Amino acid sequence: MTSPVVTSPAAARAVDLTKVYGSGESEVRALAGVTLDLNAGEFTAIMGPSGSGKSTLMHCLAALDTPSSGQVIVDGTELGSLSDKDLTVLRRSRIGFIFQSFNLIPTLSARENILLPLSLAGAAPDQAWFDAVVDTVGLRDRLGHRPSEMSGGQQQRVACARALVSKPSIIFADEPTGNLDSVSGADVLAFLRRSVDEFGQTIVMVTHDAVAASHCDRVIFLADGAVVDELARPSREEILEHITALQAAAVGNRRDTGA
Amino acid sequence: MFKLILRNVGARKMRLAMSALAIVLGVAFLSGVLVFSAGLSKTFDGIIQGTTPDGVVRVEGAESFTAGETGVSAATVTPDTVARLAALPEVDRADGNVDGFGMYVVDSDGDLLGGTGAPTLAFNRTEAPNMDGNNILTLLDGRWGKGAGEIVLDEGSAEKAGYSLGDSVKLLTPAGQLERTATLVGTAEFNGGGTAGATLIIFDTPGAQEVFLGGRDVFTTVALTAADGVSQSELVKAAKAVLPAGFEAVPGDQVVKESEDAMAQFLDVIKTFLLVFALIAVIVGAFIIVNTFSILVAQRTRESALLRALGASRRQVTSAILAEAFVMALFASTVGIGLGWALARGLAAMFSSFGLDIEGSFLNLTTATVVTSYTVGILVTLVAALLPARRAGRVAPVAAMREDTVPAKGSLRRRSVIGSIVIAVSVAAAIAGLAGVDGMPAAAWVGIGAFLSLLTVAVLSPVIGFPVLVACRAVFGRLFGASGRLAGENAMRDPRRTGATASALMIGLALVSTIAVMAGSMKASVDTVVDEQFAPDFIAQSVIFAPFSTQVGDRMEQVDGVATVSRQQMLDAKVDGHNETIGAADANFDDVSKLEAGEGSVDFGAGKAIINEDKAEEEGWKVGDTLKLAFPGGKKLSIQIGGIIRENSVVVFGINVPLEVVEQAGIQRQDNALSIVLDDGADPAAVHRALDRVAKPIPLIEVNDKEGFAESIRGQVNQLLYMIYGLLALAIIIAIIGIVNTLGLSVLERTREIGLLRAIGMTRRQLRRTITLESVAIAVLGAVLGMALGLIYGTLLQRVLKEDLTVLSIPFSQLLVFGLIAVVVGVLAAVMPAVRASRLNVLNAISTE
Ligand SMILES: Nc1ncnc2c1ncn2[C@@H]1O[C@H](COP(=O)(O)OP(=O)(O)OP(=O)(O)O)[C@@H](O)[C@H]1O
Ligand SMILES: [Mg+2]
Repeated sequence: MTSPVVTSPAAARAVDLTKVYGSGESEVRALAGVTLDLNAGEFTAIMGPSGSGKSTLMHCLAALDTPSSGQVIVDGTELGSLSDKDLTVLRRSRIGFIFQSFNLIPTLSARENILLPLSLAGAAPDQAWFDAVVDTVGLRDRLGHRPSEMSGGQQQRVACARALVSKPSIIFADEPTGNLDSVSGADVLAFLRRSVDEFGQTIVMVTHDAVAASHCDRVIFLADGAVVDELARPSREEILEHITALQAAAVGNRRDTGA
Repeated sequence: MFKLILRNVGARKMRLAMSALAIVLGVAFLSGVLVFSAGLSKTFDGIIQGTTPDGVVRVEGAESFTAGETGVSAATVTPDTVARLAALPEVDRADGNVDGFGMYVVDSDGDLLGGTGAPTLAFNRTEAPNMDGNNILTLLDGRWGKGAGEIVLDEGSAEKAGYSLGDSVKLLTPAGQLERTATLVGTAEFNGGGTAGATLIIFDTPGAQEVFLGGRDVFTTVALTAADGVSQSELVKAAKAVLPAGFEAVPGDQVVKESEDAMAQFLDVIKTFLLVFALIAVIVGAFIIVNTFSILVAQRTRESALLRALGASRRQVTSAILAEAFVMALFASTVGIGLGWALARGLAAMFSSFGLDIEGSFLNLTTATVVTSYTVGILVTLVAALLPARRAGRVAPVAAMREDTVPAKGSLRRRSVIGSIVIAVSVAAAIAGLAGVDGMPAAAWVGIGAFLSLLTVAVLSPVIGFPVLVACRAVFGRLFGASGRLAGENAMRDPRRTGATASALMIGLALVSTIAVMAGSMKASVDTVVDEQFAPDFIAQSVIFAPFSTQVGDRMEQVDGVATVSRQQMLDAKVDGHNETIGAADANFDDVSKLEAGEGSVDFGAGKAIINEDKAEEEGWKVGDTLKLAFPGGKKLSIQIGGIIRENSVVVFGINVPLEVVEQAGIQRQDNALSIVLDDGADPAAVHRALDRVAKPIPLIEVNDKEGFAESIRGQVNQLLYMIYGLLALAIIIAIIGIVNTLGLSVLERTREIGLLRAIGMTRRQLRRTITLESVAIAVLGAVLGMALGLIYGTLLQRVLKEDLTVLSIPFSQLLVFGLIAVVVGVLAAVMPAVRASRLNVLNAISTE
C-alpha cells in the first residue's frame, strides 16, 4: 500500500475508520468502517440517531481520539504516525473546535479566550483578521467580559470566533447549538454559514436539528457507525423525511435482531 | 446517615489521605516529642534514684546539682566523723565519698570527651547501696581500680573515647596538678543501665583522695545507710548529733527531689522548646485541614443541596461533614502516634550526638501521650473542619437544581473588618511592648501581637495577598505567555483557596525569617560588643564554660610576650539571703578590662566589692554599703562596696569581689576565664601560636583573640539557628503537602477545563508549566507574606530586646535564599498534580459531566 495522495481537495478524510470500545461481551463498535472526504470550503452536517457514532467520528477526525483501525488525514497529514505533541500542535494550528457547552476558560476574558490557541502557539494574532472575526460574531463590546458575564449564545459565538481566529483548515462543531434557544442558535448558525461563504472556511457540524442541518452544503447520515446516506443542500423537509426513514429502519432493525 | 459518611470517606480516600497526612505529621511530631520527653525524664529519674542512698551528709547550702560549675567548697569530713556516724544504732553503714567535679577525659585522639552534653562525674567507689538496697554501680568488664593510677570508666565513654582495658587514659583535673594519666582497668555502668550520656570516672577511695584532696584522708560527703526499720527522717535526725559545723544530713528522698527538680529545670527547657515546634506543626496542619474541607465542601455543594432538598436538616449536613473529619482524624492520629514513636527514636539519636543518651527502653507510648495526641489530633481537625462544615449546612436546597454550583460563602468584607480590628489590637500590643507597658515583659507583648497578627494575616491572606497574585500573573504572563497568564488567573480564581494554602507556608516562613533577623542581629550585636569591649589581647576559656585548674594560667604566664594574665572565677553565694552567682577577679582585672568607675573606685586590688551599674540601681546599693555574703560550706563574709562600674557588657555579674575572697569563702581556687595582655611590641600571632601550644594538650581550653572570640559566639548562634531551622522544616513540609493537596483538588475540579485546553492546543508541557506556575504563585504568596511578617517581628523583637540585641541586622542574602527556596517548594509541590493533569485523557476530560 502506498501512502494516501496528499494533493486531495479534501480538508479532512477518513479511510475505513473503525472504533471499537471494550472487548468481548461488552464490545461496542462505535465506528464500523467509515470512509469519508470532507471537502474544503464546505459546510457539512453529520446527522444520525443517538449512539450512531457521530461524536466518535468527529473526535477521530479532530485528532482528539485514536481510531482502532483506518486512517485519518487532516490537511494532508496522516494522524496515525504523530506523537501527542505533534497532534496537539496540529489541533491548535489547523483545527478549530466548538463544543456543545463548556467551551471557554472561565478565568479569561472573551478576547483572551478567542486568542488562546494563538497565545499557546506563541503566535501573534493578525489584527485585521481578528477585527473581522469579532465584528462578524458581533462581540466587539463584549471582548473584556468573562464567560460568566455572557449569555450562552454569546459564549458560543466567542467559541466560534476562537475557532476561526487561527485560520484553521477545518472546524469541528459538536452540537454547537444544542444548548441554545432557537434565536441564539440561529445567530450562531448564520455566523457559521457566513464564515464558509465569506472566508471560505471548512466546517463540519454534528447536529440533531434539521433546521440547523438545512444551513449546510452537505448532510451526511450515520447509523450504527456507518455512513448510510448523504444529501446535498437539502431543505429542512428533506432532512426530516430522511431522519424518519432512518429511524424507521433502525426500529425495524432492532425488531429483527430483537426477535 | 452514618453509612453515607463512611461511604464519603471511602470515596474520597485519596483526597482525604493527602490532608490526613498533614494531621499525621503534626500528631507524629507531637507524640514524638512527648515520648522523647517522658523518656528523657525517666532516664534521669532512674539514674538519680539509683545513685542516691538513704541519707547524705553534705556541706551546708550546697545545691547538689549546680555544685562544681561555680566552685567547690573546700570543707571536708574526717574518717573520724564517718566512724562516729557508722557507730550510731540508726545507721547500718556510713561511707565517705570523694566527689571530684571538673575532671575530664581526653580521648585517644587528644580531643575532649563529652564536652557540651551531659556532665563528667569523677568519684570514689564505695559499697554503699542506694535507697532500694542495690549496688550503685555494676562492673561490666575488668576489675575495680586501685590507687590514683587506675580507673574504671563507664562503658559508653570508654568506647566513645577509643580506650580499651589496659590503655593509659589521659585525664584533666580541675584543680592543682592539671594533667594526669591512669590505666583503664574496667568498665562499669549505673545499676539499672545507662548514664544518660554522662561520663563516669571511678577511682577507689585512696585514689580519689590523692587526685582531688591532695592525698588527705578526708571526704567531701558521706552516704548513710539506715539500719533495718529506721526511716530516713530518723536516720537524718540521729546523724545530726555527730556532724561537724557547716555540714548537714539530708534524707535521700529530699536529695532525689532536689536533683530531679534541678534536672527538670534543664529538661523543661528542652521539652518546651521541642513542644513549641510540635505545636507549630499542628497549627500549620490545621490550616491545611480548613482548606481541604473548604474545597471538598465546595465540590460537594450539589450533593449537600440534594440532601437538604430531601429533608436533611442543616445540622445533619454539618454533622455529616464533621463526622467525616472525625473518622479522618482518628485514622490520622493513630498513624501519627505510631510514627511519633519512631520519631522519638530519631530525636533520641539526634540528642545522643549532643551527648545526651536516652535509654531506648524508656521511649514508650504512655497512656498520657496517647490520650494527648489523640485529643489534639481530633480536636484540631474538628475545629478546623467546623467552618467548612457549617458552610455546607448553609447550602440552600435549591442549589441542587442550579447549573453553576457556587457554594455559600461568607463575605470577605466581614473577614476584613474583623481582621482589621484584630490587626489593630496586635499593633497596639506591639506598641505596648515598645513603650514598655507594665504587666508583662516587652517581648511578651510583642509575642502576643505577633501571634494575633500572624493568624489574622493568615485569614486575611486572600485580601492582603491579592497584589502579590496580581504581580505573579503579570510576571508569569510576560515570561511564559499564555500558560503563565492562565497560571496567574488560576491562582487568583479563588483567592480564599490560594490564600489559605499559602498561609501554611507563610506561618513557617514568618517564623524562619523572624529567627533569621534575630540571629543576624545577635551576631551583629556580638560583633559590636566584642569590638567595643574586648579589652585584653586574648581570652582563655573552657569550651564548656567549666572552671579549670589554675595551672593553665600559670603556664600561660610563662609564655614569651605575655605581660599579664588576669584570672576570674565565678562562685555561688547567698547575698542578703538569696542565691546569686558572683564574679571574682584579681587585681589586674580592672586595668586589663579597661573598666570605668561610675562611682568610687573599681580597683579590684582594694579588697572591696565592685558592683555593676544595673545591679546597684536595682538594689539601691551605694558605695560604702556593706554586703553580707554566705557561701556553701557555711563560711560567711562581710564586704564593703568600693565602686560601681559604668555600663559594661564584659562584666556580666552584678556583684564582683577580689579573687582572694574565693579562698576566704572556703571555695577551691580555680579559674573560669583568663584575660591575657601582651608585652608592648610582642607579635600577637606568634604569642597566639605559643598560647595555643599550651592549650593543645588541654582540649578543654580555647584561646581567642577578639575576632576568634566573636567567631566562636557566632558559631554557637549558628548552631542554634540551624537546629531551629531543622525543627521548622517539618512545618514547611506540611505546608508543601498543603499545596500538593490544593493543587490536586483543583486539577480534579478543573478536569473539563483542562480537557478543553488540551483540545484547543495546549501541549502537555504547557499544561504542566501552568500548574507548576500556579503552585509557584501560591508559594511566593506565602513566602512574601511570611517574610514580610518575619521582618516586622524580628525588628520589633530586636527593638524591645535592645539591651542585649544592640544592633539590628537584616540578613538580606538569607531572605533571598528563603525566597528561592519558596519557588523550589512551589515547583516540587506541583510535580504530582502536574503529572496527573497532563496524563488526563483529553476525551474523558471533555466528556466528564
Ligand atoms: N468511552 C466510551 N466507552 C465505551 N463506549 C463508548 C464510549 N464512547 C462512546 N461509546 C459508544 O459508542 C457509540 C457511539 O457513541 P457516540 O458518542 O459517538 O454517539 P453519538 O452519535 O455522538 O450520540 P449522541 O447523539 O447521543 O451524542 C455509542 O454506542 C456509545 O455508547
Ligand atoms: Mg454525541
